[in-house]
Amino acid sequence: MTFFKTLSLALVGSALALGGAAAQERTVKIATEGAYAPWNFTGPGGKLEGFEIDLANDLCARMKVKCEIMAQDWDGIIPALQAKKYDAIMAGMSITPKRKEVIDFAGPYANSPNGYLVAKNSPLAKMPGTGEAYNLGTQQAAAEKAIQASAQTLKGKTVGVQGSTIHSNFADKYLKGMADVREYKTTEQHDLDLAAGRIDAVLADATAIIGTLEKPEFKDYVLVGPSITGGMLGEGVGVGLRKDDTELKKSFNEAIQAAIKDGTVKKLSEKWFKIDTTPKS
Amino acid sequence: MDFAFMKETFLSLLSGVPLTLNLAFTSVAFGTVFAMILALMRLSGVSVLAAVAQAYVFVFRGTPLLVQIFLIYYGLGQFRPALQEWGLWIFFREPYWCAVLALTLNTAAYASEIIRGGLQSVPHQQVEAARACGMSGFLLFRRIVFPIAVRQALPAYGSEIILMVKATSLASIITMMEVTGIAAKLISQTFRAVEIFVVAGLIYLIINFIITRIVMAIEWWLSPHLRRPPAVEPRLEAAHV
Repeated sequence: MTFFKTLSLALVGSALALGGAAAQERTVKIATEGAYAPWNFTGPGGKLEGFEIDLANDLCARMKVKCEIMAQDWDGIIPALQAKKYDAIMAGMSITPKRKEVIDFAGPYANSPNGYLVAKNSPLAKMPGTGEAYNLGTQQAAAEKAIQASAQTLKGKTVGVQGSTIHSNFADKYLKGMADVREYKTTEQHDLDLAAGRIDAVLADATAIIGTLEKPEFKDYVLVGPSITGGMLGEGVGVGLRKDDTELKKSFNEAIQAAIKDGTVKKLSEKWFKIDTTPKS
Repeated sequence: MDFAFMKETFLSLLSGVPLTLNLAFTSVAFGTVFAMILALMRLSGVSVLAAVAQAYVFVFRGTPLLVQIFLIYYGLGQFRPALQEWGLWIFFREPYWCAVLALTLNTAAYASEIIRGGLQSVPHQQVEAARACGMSGFLLFRRIVFPIAVRQALPAYGSEIILMVKATSLASIITMMEVTGIAAKLISQTFRAVEIFVVAGLIYLIINFIITRIVMAIEWWLSPHLRRPPAVEPRLEAAHV
């Protein structure tokens, strides 16, 4: 209903301005998690920062709308979108078939593989498959072989993963019965537990791991395991939208395409992740 | 509302009930012992002991349980070398023991005040009468003060047990998969928050219903003096025969 309210206000406004360039800006509320560095996190000053915050501001400028970015717990991020607490999600959310059943996506605006974060001096640091990249969608057999080889080394170990993510689904499918998988609310929490030695490895998105590795406390840790994308890991990270919000989807898609084309996405991705996560195709 | 789905959810959430009950009862058991000690310290008349107990209650009752769980789990996790040196790391390594510890410390603070209230409500005349009969020390405590105090404290203590059952839902934030933890996982898989939370709420309601009945039964058993004595039929031996 906010849309119609804004629309009618805009109409009245433009009528008053006698056809001048009146306020026809819509306010789009965007939710992010605020605990998934370097995608989105709460900076030292309490302000939201990260790749997605920069990208959201850029996309909003392209769409000529006013944006309000707010933090929302990951657990309830989809239910609250459906309950119209906000209009879009930009929170490192991968586009998966399961999520597509309930919400719609614009994008993707990024695509990054997963990996394991382990201590340098642990036997896991020699995990097979490190440095190799597979697409679970197009090279399923080879990818699963590499995943299983790396999972073998995790036998009897404890692995931390953020709950409600593609990575926890991945762990449910490939690590069940091998490793003791513990689910955390945020990536910051499993990082803390890895540093405390409660868990032996963290399974997460490579970009999140690279972000963690930059912290001085994690100088003795390393990113290992095969780089897996596609398949059950989804087709990249997109903007989550309500299914009936087709107009917003259209404008987001146009803005994302434009931002990819002129290199903004690449620039921001290299600024925050040190690697280029621009989706191919 | 999709009842077939809710039934399925109910069955999956049931697998979290043992852990929920385990956390609640382990921490209530430890907490009761600790609360008893705190209450006795508070009433000991030794000002140092009373002040320590008072400060403890002030801190643990005045801060949120969520913060306490975070501090014990993630906070102490940062002092691993020291804890390892003292041999305590085996204990703090496990999220289960961290959850039990946080819940125990928390319930002990609340329960000590309930027990203190119960002990202080014992009528002075009763104590004096017991002394007149020659009871003193532990015998007086065991026979007179304690039974009366328990009777007084029980209704409030029943509420505390129920609060603890509900407080276990916070253990899911430190990876414990009890009822709420499983509910959160199911929501992430199905995105059907309303149905799943309704069922999870229902499970807590059933657990707490059973607990209230048990506490009521104990209350009934402990207060025979409040019940109407069994009616004695007057004997029909008419005088005029």
